Formats: sequence, C-alpha cells, structure tokens
Amino acid sequence: MTADLGWSQTESCFGGFSGVGKLRAPWSLFVSTLSLLRLQKSPVLCIGEEQPKNWFTELQVLKGHFDIVRFLVQIDDFRCASAGDDGLVLVWNIETGERLQELRGHSQQITAITTFTCNDGLMSHTSLITASSDRSLSLWDPDTGNRVQTISDLQSSVKCLLVLERLCVWVSGGEELCVWNKDFQLQCHRQNHSDTGITALIELPKNCIAAAMDKEIMIYRLTVSPDSSVSVAELRCLSDHQDQIRALININDGLFASGSHAGELILWDAVDWNILAYEHILWEESQTCAQAEIRLGAPKPSEMSIQHLTTNGQLVLAAVGSGLYVYSVLTKTVVAYRKVAHDSNILHTMLLSDSELMSCSEDGSVRMWEIQDLPLPAEPASAGFFGMWTFSRSNKQTGPPSKKIVDVPNIRTLELTGDLIGHSGAVQMFVSFKENGLVTCSADHLLILWKNGERQSHLRSLALFKKLEENSGL
Amino acid sequence: MIGSPDVVAFTKEDEYGQTNPDPYALPEEFSIPLHPLADSNPWAKTSYAKFTKDFILISEFSEQVGPQPLLTIPDDPKVCGTFDLNYFSLRIMSVDYQASFVGHPPGSGYPRLSFVEDSRVVLGDSKEGAFAYVHHLTLYDLEARGFVRPFCMAYVSADERKIMLQFQELSLRFSQASECLKAGNRRAFAKELQRKLRDLEYTHSVLQREEGLQREAGPQCIYSAHAVEKANELANVEKSIYEHRDLLRQISSYHCRPRRDPHAVTCQKCMTECLSECEALLDKYAKLANPFNYTDKGGKGEERQSQIDVEGGEEEVEEDEDEGVKRRPSYTPQLIKAKSAKCFDKRLKTLQELCDQTFYEATVQLLKETERSFRGDLCYLHTCRLDKTLRRRQRVTNFLFEEDLGDDDEDEGGTLRPFCAVNHAVDNYTLLNPPPIVLGPEPLELDSLEPPDPLDPASETSHTQESELGVGESHLESSPSDQTLETQESSEETKGSFSSDKSGLGPAEKQQSLASVRSKPHDPDSDLTLDPDHNTGLERESSSEETTAGEDEGDTGGDQTPVSLLEVVSELEASREDDCERGSDGACEMESDLLVPIDTACCMAQEGFLYEASAPEADPHLDQSSHHQPFQTLVVNQEPQALLPLQDDYAVGSPCSESPAAGLELPVGLLGDAVSRTSVEDGSDCTMSASTGSERAASPLGYGGVVTLRQRKKAGQGALRFVRQYPFAIQALWCLLSGRTLVVFGADEGRVRRLVAALALFVPGPGKCGERVQAWLSCPFTLTDLQRWKLIGLQRVASPVGSSMLYSLSRYSRYICILDADQKTLRCPPYHGQLLANIADHRTYIRRGSTYFLHVQSTLCRLAAKAFLFTFTHHLHLPVSSTEGPEVVEGRRRCFLQEQLGLGEEDSQILLYLSQLITQQYLQPATGSNAAAPCFSFNYTTSVLYKI
Repeated sequence: MTADLGWSQTESCFGGFSGVGKLRAPWSLFVSTLSLLRLQKSPVLCIGEEQPKNWFTELQVLKGHFDIVRFLVQIDDFRCASAGDDGLVLVWNIETGERLQELRGHSQQITAITTFTCNDGLMSHTSLITASSDRSLSLWDPDTGNRVQTISDLQSSVKCLLVLERLCVWVSGGEELCVWNKDFQLQCHRQNHSDTGITALIELPKNCIAAAMDKEIMIYRLTVSPDSSVSVAELRCLSDHQDQIRALININDGLFASGSHAGELILWDAVDWNILAYEHILWEESQTCAQAEIRLGAPKPSEMSIQHLTTNGQLVLAAVGSGLYVYSVLTKTVVAYRKVAHDSNILHTMLLSDSELMSCSEDGSVRMWEIQDLPLPAEPASAGFFGMWTFSRSNKQTGPPSKKIVDVPNIRTLELTGDLIGHSGAVQMFVSFKENGLVTCSADHLLILWKNGERQSHLRSLALFKKLEENSGL
Repeated sequence: MIGSPDVVAFTKEDEYGQTNPDPYALPEEFSIPLHPLADSNPWAKTSYAKFTKDFILISEFSEQVGPQPLLTIPDDPKVCGTFDLNYFSLRIMSVDYQASFVGHPPGSGYPRLSFVEDSRVVLGDSKEGAFAYVHHLTLYDLEARGFVRPFCMAYVSADERKIMLQFQELSLRFSQASECLKAGNRRAFAKELQRKLRDLEYTHSVLQREEGLQREAGPQCIYSAHAVEKANELANVEKSIYEHRDLLRQISSYHCRPRRDPHAVTCQKCMTECLSECEALLDKYAKLANPFNYTDKGGKGEERQSQIDVEGGEEEVEEDEDEGVKRRPSYTPQLIKAKSAKCFDKRLKTLQELCDQTFYEATVQLLKETERSFRGDLCYLHTCRLDKTLRRRQRVTNFLFEEDLGDDDEDEGGTLRPFCAVNHAVDNYTLLNPPPIVLGPEPLELDSLEPPDPLDPASETSHTQESELGVGESHLESSPSDQTLETQESSEETKGSFSSDKSGLGPAEKQQSLASVRSKPHDPDSDLTLDPDHNTGLERESSSEETTAGEDEGDTGGDQTPVSLLEVVSELEASREDDCERGSDGACEMESDLLVPIDTACCMAQEGFLYEASAPEADPHLDQSSHHQPFQTLVVNQEPQALLPLQDDYAVGSPCSESPAAGLELPVGLLGDAVSRTSVEDGSDCTMSASTGSERAASPLGYGGVVTLRQRKKAGQGALRFVRQYPFAIQALWCLLSGRTLVVFGADEGRVRRLVAALALFVPGPGKCGERVQAWLSCPFTLTDLQRWKLIGLQRVASPVGSSMLYSLSRYSRYICILDADQKTLRCPPYHGQLLANIADHRTYIRRGSTYFLHVQSTLCRLAAKAFLFTFTHHLHLPVSSTEGPEVVEGRRRCFLQEQLGLGEEDSQILLYLSQLITQQYLQPATGSNAAAPCFSFNYTTSVLYKI
C-alpha cells in the first residue's frame, strides 16, 4: 500500500489543477506547492486507482464536434443527440458508438435543445427542437436527419425551451416568451421587462409555467380557447431570491425548487407558489474564516452558487460551487453534503438512485458518490459547514443566522466511489442510459461513452456466436 | 571421359536415413562418435563443396562444343567459387532423360518436330559435394540439328536433402521457367519459320522464273544438265517449303497437343495469343500462293523489322505482321542456296535469340526469384514453410502476433506472375496438373503450391480435361517417343531414380492423385471450425503434419513447443478432459457444466438470450490483487518518497542521461555488433520532427511501413536485451499483453525508440504497419491516443510542454504503465503470474536475438491458441440452458481459466484481452465499416512502482 501512496499523491497533485490544466502549463513550477495545498485541503478526495464499485470499465471516444459540446439529450433507449458551440447536432447510437445523423443548419452555437414527442395514437415519434444564437429555431427528425421546420430571424436568441406535451405546444424563452404549436406556428408571445431574459422554464400544474428571470420567477398561465388559440397571462412574480436564479426544477407534482447564485435554495409550492423551505447554503470559510483570520476578500460567489439542481422526488441534489449538497424534501433537512466534491465548479449532477449520485465538473472528471452512514455516529459533522434556516414565507429574514445547526442528527456522508477520467476539458453534461452506459460531453469537443466492460464483452460474445452461426463456422 | 554421375535415389526418408538399425548396437547416446569434429557441427558436412551458396546454372548441350554453362543465377563469379561449372555442366548434360527423337517418324514424309516434354532429375556429384535438381528442356532452332537445342537448368546445392525435399517446389518453379522459355522460343521459332518460308518462296519464285525463261528459251534447254539441276533445285525448294509449312503447322498445333508433362504450367492467354499468331501465319502460308506475285513485294520492310525487334512488343509485332501479310513484307527475302552451310561454320543462336527478349528476361527474373526463395538451410526453409502453412490456417488469430500474411500471399502471387512473361493477370494461368501428392514427402506443401483460388473454374476444367484427355491419350502418344534406345539405356542406369518423367507414375496412380486433389474441394481454411466432426479430421491432419515434420527434421521431434494452433487446441482439449476427470473429486462445482460439448447448435437455441448485467459488485480479482500486497519475490522498492526526486526531474526536466543506472546497460560486445548496428539503424531512420501532435493520422512511425519479419527479428534482439536488463520486464510485458498502454518515457530519442521497437513484439494485434505503436511522441497525449496506441514512446522534455505532458501522464495514469527509460523504473499494476516467466526471465540463457524472437513467438502463439479456444468455446460465454444465470457462466469461465488453463488472475487478464481482440477482429467486418470508434477497455487497479 505504501508504494501506492506516492502515486496517489502525485495524482491528487495533478488533479488539483486539472480543470485548467491546459492553461496552467507555464505555471508548472508551482506544481509541488499547489499539490501540497491541495493535499491539506482535501486529503480524502483522491480515490486512487482501485475502484471496485466503478463498473465503467470500457469507453468509446465519440468524435465529431469541433467545439465545446454543451448539451446531451436522450432520444430513446439507444440514441442520444449532442449539441454544442459549433452549431452541430449529432445523433449517436450509444450501443455501437456510431454517429447516426449529422444535423447541420445552425450557423452559431446551440443554446437549447429538447426532444419533442408527438403521440398520434399508436405511434409516438420523437423529434428534436433546437435553438441557436443565430436566432433561429429548428425541428429535426433524428431518424432521417431532415430539418423539418425552421424559424429564423427571431428578435432574440432563445435560451430555453419547454415542451408542454399535454397541450401539444412548446414554449421558448429568451428576451420574450413565445408559445408555438407543433407546426411551428407562433401562438402568442409576451415581451419581458428584464434585461437578462428567461433562463429557465418549467411546467407547473394547471397549465402554468414558471420562468426564471434574473432574480425573479414569473408564473404564467396558458389558456387554450375553444378555437385552439393559446394565450398567456402573467399571474405572479416571485422575487424572493437575493441573487440571480441559476437553477429551476420540478420536484414532484406539488413542489418545485429554485437555486440562486448566492446559494439560496427555495422550495416552492407548485400550486399556490408559496415558499415551503428556504435554505441558504454557506460554506464554512465564509463565516468562520472571515471572523478568525485575515481574509483577503469574500469567498468568490461561485463557491456558493447553485449551479445545478436535480431531484428524484424525495431528494434534491444541489451542485454548489464545487460541492455537493443533498437535501431531503420530506424532512426538509440536509441529508449529506461534501464541501469540496470536485476541484472546480460542478456543472451537472444526477441522482442515480436513493443513495447513488454522480457529478461532473469543470475539472474534467465525472465522479460517482454514494450516500453512506457515518462510520462513527459520535463524530459530528465537524461544525456544520453551512448555515441553515427554515422559514415560512411570512417571517423570512435576510439577517445573519440566528441559530446554527451544528449537529444534524441523521446526517450522512457522501463517499466517492469512483471517478471517470477521460476528458481533457470541462465535462459539461452527461446522460445515463442505465446499464447501457453513460455519455459525457465536454469542452474538449469529445463525447465519451462509458460502458460496463463485462456486459459489453458478453454482448460481443453473443454477437460472435451469432455470426459464427450465420457463417456456419469460421 | 565422362563419368557417370551419381543419380540419387529418391527414397522415403525413413528408408533413406536409417536403414535397418543393428539391434545389438549401442543406443545412440552411449556411442562415441567416430568423427567428433565433423559431428560437432551438422552444417560442417556441406563445407567441402566448393561453393558457398546454392545457385542456378543454365547449360546447353551445344552441338558444336558440347556441354557448356551459359549463365548462373545469381550472376556473380563469387557464387560458384572454385567450382568447375564446365565440368558440372558436362555431368548434368550427359544425362538427358528427354525423349529426343529426331527425324522422320515412320509413315510421315516430313521431318517432325519433336515435342519433347521436360524432364526433371536429381543428380549428385559426391566428389564435388554438389547436388542438383536438373531440369532438361529443348528449344527449337531451325538451324539446329533436328531443329532442337537441348538445354538444362539446374539448381545446384551442397545439400542433397534440400533438393530432395524441395523437389516439388523446384519442379514447379523450373517448369514455370521452362514454359516461359519455351513459349518465347515457339514465338521466335515461328518467326524464324516465317522468315525462312519467305526466303523459300522467294527462291522458289526466282527459280520458277528461271525455269520459265528456260522453257521460253526452247525445248532443247529443258533437258540440259543445267536445266535438270534447276528443276531439281526447284523441286527441292518446293519440298522444303512443304516441310517448313508443315513445321509451322506443327508448331502452331503445339497447344492442341495434350501435355504429358504432369508439371506443365501454362498461361492461357499466352497460349491463345501464340496460337492465333501462329494460325495467322499458317493461313498465310497454307497454300503455295502464286509464286510470282511475290516479286512485287519486299524490299521495304527491312528497317521496319529491325525496329520491331528492338521494341519487342508483341501486339505491335502481331499488328505489323498482319500488315505484313497484307501489304508489305517486313523482311527482304533472300535467295537460299541449295546446300546450306554445315553446322560447324555457323554461329549458333544464343539463348536470348532463341527466346523472345521479354520471355527471356521474365525467365531470368523467375529464376532469380526461385533462387531467392530457396535461400537458406533446409531446416530454415522447412520451418518457414511450415510456419506459413500453419499461419494460413489460423487466420482468426494471426493478426495478434504474426506478421502479415497478406504480404506473403502477394509474394506467392509474385512468384507465379512472371512465368507468364507478358505479365498477364495471375488468374490467367492454369496449372495443368498440380504436383502429385504421392511423390511429395510433404503434404504440407500442397497448400502452398495450390493456386490461390482452387475453385477457379478454369483450373477446375483443366483438371477434368487432363483426366479425360491426359490419361487416355498421353498413354497412347507417349509410346513412340519414349521408347527410344537412348531412354532405355539411361533408364537402365537409373533404376529407381527419382525423375518425374512418367516412368514411375502410371495412369492409374495419376488418376488417384488427381482424385485426391479433387477430393479436397473446399478451402483448407474452412477447416477451423469447432464442429466435432471436423475436429477429429483436423486432429488427424495435424498429427500427420507433425509426423512429417518429425521425419523431415529429426530435431523438431523433441521440440516441446507446438507451432500449430490446432495442435495446441487439441492438446488443451486433451488436458481439459484430463482435468475434468481429475476434477471429479468435487473441488469444482462447475464440473458438470464443463462436460458440455462444444456444440454450435447450442448457440442456435440461445440466440436471443441476453443476460441482465449483474449489479456492480466488487470485482473479485481486484480484491485478490490487493491481498498480494506483501511482495516476496519481486524486486519492488516501496519507498513512498521515491517519487519526489523523480518529480523534480519531471518538473525541471533535468537531463537524466547521466543517471547511475546507465552503467547497467549491457556491454555491447557481449551481444555482438549486430545490436549496435541495429540500434544505429533504428535510431537513424527517424526524424526528430516525426511527431507533431495527436491529431494527425496514425502514421506507422514505428516501422515506417509493413513490419517485416526481419525487423521483428531485429526487435527480438532488443527485446532480449530489455528482458535481461530490467528485472521488471515481466511486468512490462504483462501490461502490453493485457492491453494496458505502455508509455516509454525518456529524454533520449534513440533509447526510447529502441525500447519501443523491442517491446513492439509484444503488442497484440499491432496492425499491419504497426499502427498501434507510436515510437516517438513529443507532445502530451490524450485519451484518443491511448485508445489508438498501445505502446507509446514519449519524449521527456523540460519546460511547459514537459509539465503538461506530465500532467497527462498522471491524469491518465490509471490507463497506462509508465516505463521510465532514464530512471529505469516501471509503474504498473503488480503482476504475479507465471505465464510470462519463461519469456521474461532476465537470467535467460538465450543469447541470440533471433532465438529469443522465436522463443517469444512460440509462447505468444500458444497464448493465441488458448485465446482462440477460449473465445470460441460457446459455453464459456453463454449459458447452456435457459435456467442458467450469468453468474453460472461467469463461474464456468473462471473455472476454465483457472483450473484448466492454470492461469492466475493476472494471467487470465492476458487471455481475456486477447480474446477480446479476437472477438473484435472477428466481428469487425460487420460493424467496423461504419466508423464506430473502437472500444477501449481498462480496469481499476492500483499501480506500483518497480525499480531496478
């Protein structure tokens, strides 16, 4: 084991600045000092090379993009589409790693992509809707690669898309909110007052949608008149966030959540839009260090910015800076957290099951975590790294914390069970195809398809004997 | 006085080598050799021959000066040394088994061209220590006695056995050469006849004119002596014309004549071309056209003809001749004297003149090729051939460790190509009769001698033709010419001699051999099925191969390394059965499953079955390897600090060439200067700018082209050196063989390149041009590079680039092993297996690179065979019944690897990797076309740092 130690040290040393490894080249002489710092800061984060729980033992590198790949959407059980700054949308077969289609048409980077499933009784057909900085929207058929519909010369570029399958319409959000029917006809639109425009859209019950705009969440209601024309009415503006809203998700039928740049996590009632819980995530440094030591400055906002939220209905996983934070909706408490889960900002997360989760980060790695009980209950969570409040909407305060929960009784830890290293740039996003594998996309223009090597080799064996039989012998 | 040469008896090897052993003699190991000095070197025997290398000699029995050597191949006086070519020509030409019947056969008024088949005989001159395969042939020459010129081509060697055992191949190749010469000769002969006929017709017309003048002059002149003479002359000329016309007919009917030579090979296209040409000529001279119309022709074509001769292009010739037939003659006819000069005062045509220049050159080329292909010791040749044949049979696994066979196939085609001098496509040729199996001591050779496409309809039909025509008619026809006095005489001397003239091979036998050829209709490659029926047949075949091998070379008998894949497979199968029997003590609960027969029907039933991926559970072997942490046998330095100075080096990139380990390099002298030469060569052929980035196409930098056997043997030297020098070589080899990319990291390009070249031997499936090997890379690599290259030479550089390189090294450290050429360290997962111990023993007694190379080859071949068996054994991968879960299969597989193959966890990884490669290779045609990225497998294990 000792022989191994030397190398795991180096690994963590290099892992330390890996997120910007390409840029750091001239600073190479500082490697050792950097690594020392890192070692002190997060001694446990290096899992090393032995990862028995990591079953991704095979990978395929999918090339095709020429610029940062930012989006991945799953089309069906074996296909996914990737889109990025090169304006290309590529459709992949994740079983074989083949590139099935190349959807060309956008001249600038793709800003949003979503699937659009048309259910006409028997058949359901999935199409892709893409939005690009060239201020156009397109509908693609991923089977043929055809551009079925396209709208160009929009007033502004679309930043987010939302499909309301129930109403057979879809909504695009940017500086204006537009509602389209499935034939790409504009049903209605509404100009926004905010400069930043709509950054996120979710669907709420009763034909409502929530749109995140800067620090506010706007609630709109869509009404479909008998002549099947759609109109949009603004119902409410929720302005409880102190900072820009970064993430907006549906949790279940009755709840949705939003996270802000300042680390506020708010749980909302989906029907009457009341605050159910308010969580302000502050890492330790911002409090203790500020008092105890000479601070050079406040913690960088990104260190507590909620970059991404994901949920499985019971748990909400928040990516806060480079840390992870698991919040239980039922108990409205933090279940587990890891202050420094990555070496750099986390860009995307996913809850694989009640106890397993996955995150990817600007440092170029994907990490897999398991929520585990603390081995020693006596060891507290070392003086809570975050402040936490639970308020009703009425007595909401913005002052300093009145009460600091030091011991959360049943807090558990996030243990690193494996990491996937392959990308040489920030991993933007990933999509899991369950046992079929995992697709990651990255700023290094690549997609990597991670697979279970054992399963793949079994599949290959099957194919081999099938072919053997077809050829009737060798 | 010409002494009778030793005609070497062709006997079976066993009879020849060991004639009735004395039952009372001491066993060989106790007997004291009579001539210890001579016996100490088995090759010393040949040393009393006056030449050093085998060569090919072409001689002629000149009617003027007797036997004389014409040329040797290679055309270098050094080749034959002090060997007396004149004397030897005399000896080999003094035995001519050709039926050289000359003159008028009874019942025919015209001289007949003797269609003499070639004869092949092995002659020896024990005094000179020279043995020769002698191929006699006759060429036509209008001016020669009986219109024939006897020639012979001889393959001269000091090793009698070599000739005997290579007889089939020699015969085939020389037959090709002979056919080529003869084809050219017929062409030239026809041309000569044409010329002669023109002369004759001209003479005829002149004589007729004279006669006409005489007749006009008056009746009194008709009966004058002069007139009678003229009339006789005219009659003579007419007779001569008829004779020559008949000769022309004969020569053009050459092709229609059934061949009695069982070894004759012809090119269909040449045949037809030649035929049509001759027919055109024949048509032209078929009837004695109005002789007077000849006068208005001629005189213009002289320079034209010479031009044609220079060009030699056959189409041109044909065309011109067509024109010549119609419009102008391409030759100025000459008056022919009634009495032509007798043979001694005229110059005989040279071989070049006798044959068309193109054909002559092609023949020489062919012979050169032949000489080249027979270079080397018999043992070597035989092993090569064996190797090639076996490799051709194991196409599925060849890509792993064998050099490309496609190259060899081309080579094979290449040897067949030039016999058709005008370079027709290979598929044009027809092997009239494949060499009979009965004569050949090596059934193996049949494969290599068979035409590339045995199902070629042309050859098929020719077989049937041969069997229909050849057997019946040749028997009839052979009687007059074969039963000459000469032949009878010689055949008395040569009783029991080995000559391929049909004397020893009756029609029945021949038919038998044909039948046996035809009874093998399918491609031999298709034999490699796991079908039990086939399997037994194969085993039989492989065992017969083995016995022949044992017969042919006594030394292979004791060799413990089986070369044949099938042999290994059968061996494994046998051991598996043994194991199954032994395993009945209940140690292995999979026992019953293991007895499941390999049946392809099995997969038919289970076709649609897909097992659910088992929940990600701890890989047992990972656990195991972690238990192995306390090392006892391996030299591992376990200092955690060991890395720190290393890192400094990395960071500042200090040149480490002066490292203390430098002294550990073996002195060059020990390994001979071949090494140093190799290294210099290897180092010099590369340019520094070779690597610029990972984006470029995978250029075969490692070798710069198809990896040849020679390069691989050279690499063997380097590999041996590596193994002897580094105690952790075994780990490095294991990494390569189990599919983990090995990065050779160093500052000195030459050293890194040498290491890479040496280690490339162990890269499974290196690709045709070594695509999986990158000899020198001076920029940081990415994941795609790791996927593409399995062996990378990486430049250690100071400065920013170096640090980003280090960054990539450490970042991807889980996928790679790092061999630091400067520090002499290796970082890789620990290996404790025994599988590679015999090729990576640093105390090995092997001193020669090529020996080591062969040693490695045999080990790797064994591995490939095991992997083949593993891959294609159905029940090791798929459930046998629907009730079986994946874990049962998994257990069975584990059991197979551990119990039957006796492989530890790490050794199993090698097999699994090879098996994966085989699977991918096998499936590739189906899936590989659509540019799906290749898979890259790895596992998560801890690495350790090994030091010297």
